[in-house]
Amino acid sequence: MSAAKNININLKIWRQKNAKAKGSMETYKLDNVSTASSFLEMLDQLNEELVNEKKEPVAFDHDCREGICGMCSLYINGRAHGPDTGTTTCQLHMRKFNDGDTIFIEPWRSKAFPVVKDLVVDRSSFDRIQQAGGFVSVNTSGNTIDANATPINKGDADKSFEAAACIGCGACVATCKNGSAMLFVGAKVSQYALLPQGKVEATERVLNMVRQMDEEGFGNCTNTGACEVECPKGISLENIARMNREYLSASLKG
Amino acid sequence: MKLDSKIPEGPIADKWTNYKDHLKLVAPNNRPKIDVIVVGTGLAGSSAAASLAEMGYNVKAFCFQDSPRRAHSIAAQGGINAAKNYQNDGDSTFRLFYDTIKGGDYRAREANVHRLAEVSGNIIDQCVAQGVPFARDYGGNLDNRSFGGTQVQRTFYAAGQTGQQLLLGAYSSLSRQIGQGNIQMFNRHEMLDLVKIDGKARGIIARNLVTGEIERHSAHAVIIATGGYGNVYFLSTNAMGSNVTAGWKIHKQGAAFANPCYVQIHPTCIPVHGTNQSKLTLMSESLRNSGRIWVPKKKEDAEAIRAGKLKPTQLAEEDRDYYLERKYPAFGNLVPRDVASRAAKEVCDEGHGIEANDTNEGVYLDFSSEIQSKGRQTAYAKGNHHPTDEEVTKLGKQWLEEKYGNLFTMYQKITDENPYETPMKIYPAVHYTMGGVWVDYNLQSTIPGCFVAGEANFSDHGANRLGASALMQGLADGYFVLPYTVSNYLADEIRTGKISTDSPEFVEAENRVKDSINKFLNNNGSKTVDHFHKRLGLIMWNKVGMGRNEAGLTEAISEIAALKEEFYKDVYVPGSADELNQELEKALRVADFIDLGQLMAMDALQRKESCGGHFREEYQDSEGETLRDDENFSFVGAWEYMGYDISKEILNKEELKYEFIKIAARNYK
Repeated sequence: MSAAKNININLKIWRQKNAKAKGSMETYKLDNVSTASSFLEMLDQLNEELVNEKKEPVAFDHDCREGICGMCSLYINGRAHGPDTGTTTCQLHMRKFNDGDTIFIEPWRSKAFPVVKDLVVDRSSFDRIQQAGGFVSVNTSGNTIDANATPINKGDADKSFEAAACIGCGACVATCKNGSAMLFVGAKVSQYALLPQGKVEATERVLNMVRQMDEEGFGNCTNTGACEVECPKGISLENIARMNREYLSASLKG
Repeated sequence: MKLDSKIPEGPIADKWTNYKDHLKLVAPNNRPKIDVIVVGTGLAGSSAAASLAEMGYNVKAFCFQDSPRRAHSIAAQGGINAAKNYQNDGDSTFRLFYDTIKGGDYRAREANVHRLAEVSGNIIDQCVAQGVPFARDYGGNLDNRSFGGTQVQRTFYAAGQTGQQLLLGAYSSLSRQIGQGNIQMFNRHEMLDLVKIDGKARGIIARNLVTGEIERHSAHAVIIATGGYGNVYFLSTNAMGSNVTAGWKIHKQGAAFANPCYVQIHPTCIPVHGTNQSKLTLMSESLRNSGRIWVPKKKEDAEAIRAGKLKPTQLAEEDRDYYLERKYPAFGNLVPRDVASRAAKEVCDEGHGIEANDTNEGVYLDFSSEIQSKGRQTAYAKGNHHPTDEEVTKLGKQWLEEKYGNLFTMYQKITDENPYETPMKIYPAVHYTMGGVWVDYNLQSTIPGCFVAGEANFSDHGANRLGASALMQGLADGYFVLPYTVSNYLADEIRTGKISTDSPEFVEAENRVKDSINKFLNNNGSKTVDHFHKRLGLIMWNKVGMGRNEAGLTEAISEIAALKEEFYKDVYVPGSADELNQELEKALRVADFIDLGQLMAMDALQRKESCGGHFREEYQDSEGETLRDDENFSFVGAWEYMGYDISKEILNKEELKYEFIKIAARNYK
């Protein structure tokens, strides 16, 4: 472990008053940033300085700051969630940067994720895709069957979990040159496709989720694989292939 | 104020069944005429909203995040308890009930806790039916692990992301109901007040966080499921946005606030790195299944480690103090959280801390023994009966990676150290709040029609929550309690009809909210919101933290009251009311944290005993363990709001009766 030290950095940050306003990149200088700080703590430090100077702080989305809620969403130096792999912005630390660096920070850029303000975007399109079919239709009751009544092959359960580990951050969309949401949708479809509980509605699920995805204005997949590279949870491209198989067989049935 | 817990009569095992059988119902044709508001979309909120909507009620759900899927339940790591006895180790509903009451240091209600244990199995069934991918063994059955304070394996899990998987399960049910039009979802909305008409909860005032618009929403019942108040300490494992505002606003409207001093300080978190730190990160309690906690026996070794002159891996076995195994041989590293946290504080206070930060506070969580034993087992299982040391280490690390991979990765990202090679550094941090809004057996607050669920209420964990019980309680409340008890309340509302939002009560509540917003924006002070929040956090951590005493608490009360005056005079909030304004959001939350902080210190001061997470230094036995006073303090302390001056709040007591469990000193030795 390298001991923490302080660095001075330059920031180029996208500022945009609201959804309708025209935005621009603004320049800030920030001194004495500890390399042990997280990237978002660095932005906290900037905001604290801005507010003390009676200037408007930079709006950005964040909540759990432990890499699981999926709320943070920054495009840093041209990469979703920044230079580290397998990580969210909140788990990126300043030790990845050097004294004197200039860091570019932008919001997710995608037609289906309109900017709300500064670095904050609207990802409700993801919610609507989930609402179209990302569930098993089972009501709450105390009368479902015992949890161990249906054994599930460990390999399938593990793969289902790996797909379900998606945090819905949208890095896959932001990084894709087509703005495609296939990795997100593929992961959700796969989680259910791999489990017996998901089989009953498999046909409707994949057709409805893909239809909603297209309506939201996401682009198509051309297999560049950028999404997999930037996914903080390592969701595999296999899930897109599985969704395509599910979609094909559902279309033939339909 | 009269506190009626409404605990049903009868033997403990039959109470809930009998009670439920006699609750009033609302016929399916009447349900669509009834509106229910659910604030918060974590485990409790999402599960309640989805279940009520499935039944046919008109539900409006609110969350401050950009999507209901991001509520902080998502971050729960280790697991969820259920008395399934799949491992044949003698588990039962009674044992889960007993462990939870004992773990809570005999400060929880028997009837509520028994109900929780009863429905625990249904939760697992329901989640599996939803497609939650729990961990399974090679036979395809669900796997279990152990958590602190128990001697059985009843914890179900999904790697270190159990909360995520359970929340996404509840979110999928919620999404299904939104898609069908049964739930209207309000993302990026924050509840800023409760509207009461003729004494009943009739709606809320919410701020659209994007446009700043102040909105009126009416309903026949309001459910608050907004989580805990750990962020009163500024640094905690809570999400940055987690806040007490909804709970505090209903408190101001007449809901009693119970046991605010019961705070869980979790033993295994990553230590503080510096003054710019914004939050603390938990390392799941499940790691205590595999890791051994220790500090150097000699202070000079601890000093050398802090100075970077000595590595922990260089320290010989006999120079390490595995203090939990030494002090608590029966439970060892798996003692309850409050016990483990205090023990860590004790060794660090004595000068054995290993972290090179301002306070030297840190201990080791070491996986090297587990790497050896699991490596050997795995080699053996693969038919390799004479593995080399290298093979053992490699297999042991692989085993750890499969079990805890995401936690180890997270640790490495944050600290830049590799926990497969060197022990993790950990220290206690504020994690969960057992206290909360007082509720009766129906989970109804002292305001009729206002229900409170999950961490936001006080009901099930007494003075200390056992690991893997928060997820259980959140989902029990939402899936299996509220649908019955809220319906019972709504049965008398079928003739009420749509509630207008034009009444004077709505106007007045809206004006209250607008006034407080305008006050902040026109204040023109000189210091940021965080400046005050950090100062509050320091007072709380130093004087209302792991060790409390009369002098410190008395000081804390006056310091917080003074901080409140300064905050209102000198806080600066930039921007305007009609836009996304994150500083304004924080200011409104911190105002409520300041009030609550003072109440917590008052509650800790009046409770002249030590129990669970509440450790009063004056009340300990000769070995430094908590010393309860059952004769004088076997009660729930429920505070009543009396206006701006928090010191005027009145303490009401609900006596705790133990009819089915023999009350005893907790012993984990």
